[in-house]
Amino acid sequence: MSDVEPTIRYTMRAGKPVVEIGGNWTVLSLRGIRQKAAKALAAAGTGGAARAVDASGVNRLDTAGALEILLLAGGGADTEVTPRDKSHADLFEVVQKNMCDAMPERHVNWLAHWLDEVGHNTVELYHQAVNLCAFFGEILVVFLEACVQPKRFRINAVVRQMYEVWIRALVIVGVLCFLIGVVIAYQGVQQLRQFGAETFAVEAVGISMFRELGVLLTAIIVAGRSGSAFTAQIGTMQVNQEVDAMRTIGLNPVEWLVMPRIVALVISMPLLAFWGDMTGLLGGAVACTFYLDFTFVQFFERLRDTVGAWHFYTGMIKSPVFGLIIAVIGCFEGLQVKGSAESVGQLTTRSVVESIFCVIVLDAVFSIIFLLADV
Amino acid sequence: MAEGGQLVDHRDGRDVVLRLRGVRTQFGDNVIHNKLDFDLFRGEIVGLVGGSGTGKSVLLRTIIGLNRVTAGTIEILGVDTSKLHGRAERELQARTGVQFQDGALFSSLTVSENIIVPIREHAGLDEQTMRDIAALKIALVGLPPDTGDKKPSELSGGMRKRASLARALALDAELLFLDEPTAGLDPIGAAHYDELVKGLSRSLGLSVLMVTHDLDSLNAVCDRIAVLLDKRVVVGTMEELLVYDHPWVREYFHGPRGRAARKEQK
Repeated sequence: MSDVEPTIRYTMRAGKPVVEIGGNWTVLSLRGIRQKAAKALAAAGTGGAARAVDASGVNRLDTAGALEILLLAGGGADTEVTPRDKSHADLFEVVQKNMCDAMPERHVNWLAHWLDEVGHNTVELYHQAVNLCAFFGEILVVFLEACVQPKRFRINAVVRQMYEVWIRALVIVGVLCFLIGVVIAYQGVQQLRQFGAETFAVEAVGISMFRELGVLLTAIIVAGRSGSAFTAQIGTMQVNQEVDAMRTIGLNPVEWLVMPRIVALVISMPLLAFWGDMTGLLGGAVACTFYLDFTFVQFFERLRDTVGAWHFYTGMIKSPVFGLIIAVIGCFEGLQVKGSAESVGQLTTRSVVESIFCVIVLDAVFSIIFLLADV
Repeated sequence: MAEGGQLVDHRDGRDVVLRLRGVRTQFGDNVIHNKLDFDLFRGEIVGLVGGSGTGKSVLLRTIIGLNRVTAGTIEILGVDTSKLHGRAERELQARTGVQFQDGALFSSLTVSENIIVPIREHAGLDEQTMRDIAALKIALVGLPPDTGDKKPSELSGGMRKRASLARALALDAELLFLDEPTAGLDPIGAAHYDELVKGLSRSLGLSVLMVTHDLDSLNAVCDRIAVLLDKRVVVGTMEELLVYDHPWVREYFHGPRGRAARKEQK
């Protein structure tokens, strides 16, 4: 490709200002063309009002070049161009016919923009809350119907979902809770040793695991791996119009897609939380054999004597509620997916963030309830 | 077995912008194309047709470099694509444009920004110039000016196809590849689109290869038709193919839809 820089010269011809141009006028050779034009205009001193272009010296031309040439001469309908040949003339004609001002870039005041964002988000939050309540209602209706006709619980689907959310989560939950148990025991021994109370590390592990960490950690893992999966699965079905197809066949998506997932997770969460508690204790016990020279028997005897059963029950009471909220939010966001695959990604993120947020808020609410109930 | 190649020589002294020689594509043991020859001449529009599974899209992807050929050569604008790397490859890409079936517009960018992306990458002009060029392209493909500020998700299917064509034209490509450009458009939209492609091809001197199943499009805009048969392409004008003796070709062009489309043209 011969590289010939575009040239611009403003002159007077027969008393009229004319722009003479030459060289290649293609999109790949136009770098800095406007500065060049301004410089040429300044050098000539005259010709700013030129409405005529002599483009007979142009070598290669494309639409972007033609556009720039026309703009040199004001770009209006009165622009006169002398093209090199027929093909260039055609190009100028096409471009001139389609020229229009680029939409001006919108500049928005930052305060107005901020207020706009806040307003939009508030309205969206409101709609979201209303929709979520409506969704809860729908679930409740389907649940009550299913209680009358138990076969509508779709036991096969429930079992398959339980395999996904419970069995396949066992390893990750177990490993993480075990490690947290080890860490708490180690820290407990380190800190309590200063008071000579290092054996209280057993209570530290037991109470924190049972009351909070076992169930909370499990809930966060489940929100991350199952809540997001619910959103992505249902969202993808929504994009593929599978959900619409279900409705036209007369299947209620809440009954077929949402209910089995909710039931599965409400059953699986306590099972997983229990498993998390146990592995956490095991981690604590292992750590105590190292740092306290305890045997396993000593560890569990002390646990039995000092940690009351209600610590365990509080965790177990919380876990199905957490499971419910994670499943509901996961399915709800999945059904909110509209249009493109892009929104599946957005809503999956939102589902995880919202469910972890709700789990922690609920955990705080439970703390108050248990405090008032004095357990 | 169909003989590949042109039924009669259509070259007529024109440049060859795309030359395929002995192309073989193969996935595992599955041979899609074998000894495939094809020429596209400057300024013409060729429609690529073929039954399902004959590898139309595969051929298109092979030509634009998304699949590797197992054997044979592909020359685009006189350059052998298999020997291209780095800078030379990018320069060639700047001279060709591709419109994917569903538009494949970048969903996080507005239509204007979509058109500006290739310009910024290859030409690096200043912002205002690029915005002006984008506005021109949007007008060229017949979209209203305010489309530029919209996101692809706010456009209808037909508008997305047009916007995608605008992006393919962003660098004034000499050679344009269109994948089922009128699929999913209503007949009126499809007819407008055909007009658009034909008009742009004439006024900008574009060479176009389009995969299409739209018999109306084939009649209305295509100078020649390439038919994928028995792992090769047979190229001819509509008249030549009408008398070509091959069961698939006969059924395709003489079937009820083919006849109806031709009747309309007359």
